Amino acid sequence: MANPVLKVENLLKNYGELQAVRGISFEVAEGEVFGLLGPNGAGKTSTVEILEGLRNADGGTVSVCGYDPQKNPDELKHEIGAALQSTALPEKMRVIEALKLFASFYKRKRKPEDLLKRFGLEEKRNAFYSQLSGGQKQRLALAIALVNDPKVVFLDEPTAGLDPQVRREIYDVIEELRRDNKTIVLTTHYIEEAERLCDRVAIVDHGKVIVQGTPRELKQSSADKTRIEVRLAREESQEKLKSLEGVSDCRTLNGLYVLHCLRPPQAIVSLVKYLESQDNELVGLEIATPSLEDVFIELTGRRLRD
Amino acid sequence: MTNLLTLTRMRVQLALRNKMFFFFSIVMPIGFFFLYSGVFAKGDPIVVAYLLGPVLALNVMGSFWGLSATLVMFREQGILRRFHVTPATATDMLVSSVLANYFLTIPTVVVELLLAKFLFHVTSLGDLTSIFLLVSIGTVSFGSLGLVIASVTNTMQETQVLNQLLWLPLIFLSGATIPFTSLSKSVQHIALFLPATYLVHGLKNAVVNNFGPSKILLALGSLGIWFLLTLFLSSQLFRWEPEAKIGRKAKFYVATTAIPFLLLGIWEAKNGRVIAEEKFTMQRVDHSQKAEKPEGSKDGQPSSDPTKQEDTKPLD
Repeated sequence: MANPVLKVENLLKNYGELQAVRGISFEVAEGEVFGLLGPNGAGKTSTVEILEGLRNADGGTVSVCGYDPQKNPDELKHEIGAALQSTALPEKMRVIEALKLFASFYKRKRKPEDLLKRFGLEEKRNAFYSQLSGGQKQRLALAIALVNDPKVVFLDEPTAGLDPQVRREIYDVIEELRRDNKTIVLTTHYIEEAERLCDRVAIVDHGKVIVQGTPRELKQSSADKTRIEVRLAREESQEKLKSLEGVSDCRTLNGLYVLHCLRPPQAIVSLVKYLESQDNELVGLEIATPSLEDVFIELTGRRLRD
Repeated sequence: MTNLLTLTRMRVQLALRNKMFFFFSIVMPIGFFFLYSGVFAKGDPIVVAYLLGPVLALNVMGSFWGLSATLVMFREQGILRRFHVTPATATDMLVSSVLANYFLTIPTVVVELLLAKFLFHVTSLGDLTSIFLLVSIGTVSFGSLGLVIASVTNTMQETQVLNQLLWLPLIFLSGATIPFTSLSKSVQHIALFLPATYLVHGLKNAVVNNFGPSKILLALGSLGIWFLLTLFLSSQLFRWEPEAKIGRKAKFYVATTAIPFLLLGIWEAKNGRVIAEEKFTMQRVDHSQKAEKPEGSKDGQPSSDPTKQEDTKPLD
């Protein structure tokens, strides 16, 4: 990657005996939305907190906007914005005061009034932090993260614990940031979040990146797991269906035939031809393309939320 | 500098919105003032003046309680870590706490002085410059003690226990509640190792004996050195993260904050100046009270120099 804005090489972080991060490496280009996807305890937050300068690494090299977070934390903090996994502010602090206070720390700053408008917090301008709903608090956290017009924005589990409607609101905000060409590093354990928002994703497990690429690339790498679920008028031999062109495996599940396909189009054509020859009928058909969850299961043998 | 000012303003704003702050920093000190002046001194202006030093000292010493609790609460709630990701430094966070506490304490002190003057008719409040200097340096140094407490405790529960353990000897042995001269000799000698003793003693001298800054330099200097030491130590032990626990070794560093008053206590125990001055101040108040009575004689009033008193130990 030419001139990455963020570069991590062989990152290590230990907490006593526990090796939380075990040699993570990745690069992020300017304007890219990069996702660290993995289950809780995978090492995502530790990685991001090292990049933000909140924790010291035990090994490896890190460069964010050309700065080493351990050696140049002061310079770095002017260039980054962060919405932490659990942001808290004093209960009796007003929304506008929080934005003005955080803006005052930076050389480069955005107008707090503009941020209120952008994040739909104008009506809550003078509300205390304790009076905000979960979604409003998260929107304020995002607004604070952008108060210095940062080059790189770190969003650590930005929608964790929020209801689906608020989650969609946050997605809209992140998509807006992407349109503004902000470089974003996002950690999440929500598949749909990574698929919807990220240009590239690194799947992290047990402190290591097990695979990285665009969501499309990752899913394509797992293409033989595309499933065609069919319901037939009469029973058919599993072995016969498995031997059809483009089909790699066939299983039955509650009266459904689940065909695992290498080449889904050929598999459908050969299935239809076969059923015609057997005077059988297709009652229902569904195609399930592989998700990042499937990729994760394939690589780790576990579900993301196990 | 901008960070420091905005953080200080934030801390003042938050304190003014906090009911607990109103109770502990305004209602309680003023309550103590009326308890001392109205009940203990029975409104007698001479006794009110004598008790003004202890009342002001109680107000000033209370600083450590609020500062330690707030800092630990901010750390436990994850508020500090949000500031950690900004260019604000640990020193900004600590010094702004001390400054905000100072600006919030001074008005109550002024109110107490005005009440003494106009409500209880204390004719002379003593040397106002000395009072101002002692209150200022006392507020910031006891505030810094609060920051050290917050640095060495991991939870709010631990903080409150340590606050209690420190508060009780500070108020009962320093002369802030029980008159210093009423303490036994051995307890007086123990009290010489407490910073609070020098604050209470200095304030009494400033109010009752009209001592100028040059005569309370030892109190000012020792509290000043203590302030720098506690502030430095708290900045070294500062923790942003709720889960960051302090090591056992670090707790021993805290013992270094006792050094100034350990040395001063040894020196004072040897020359007996504080004990002599306390005795003199008490006698001066007794004489003044007698002189106020119709049958009393003003000839009995002692000299303003405690070293010239027959029954006090002279200064080295």
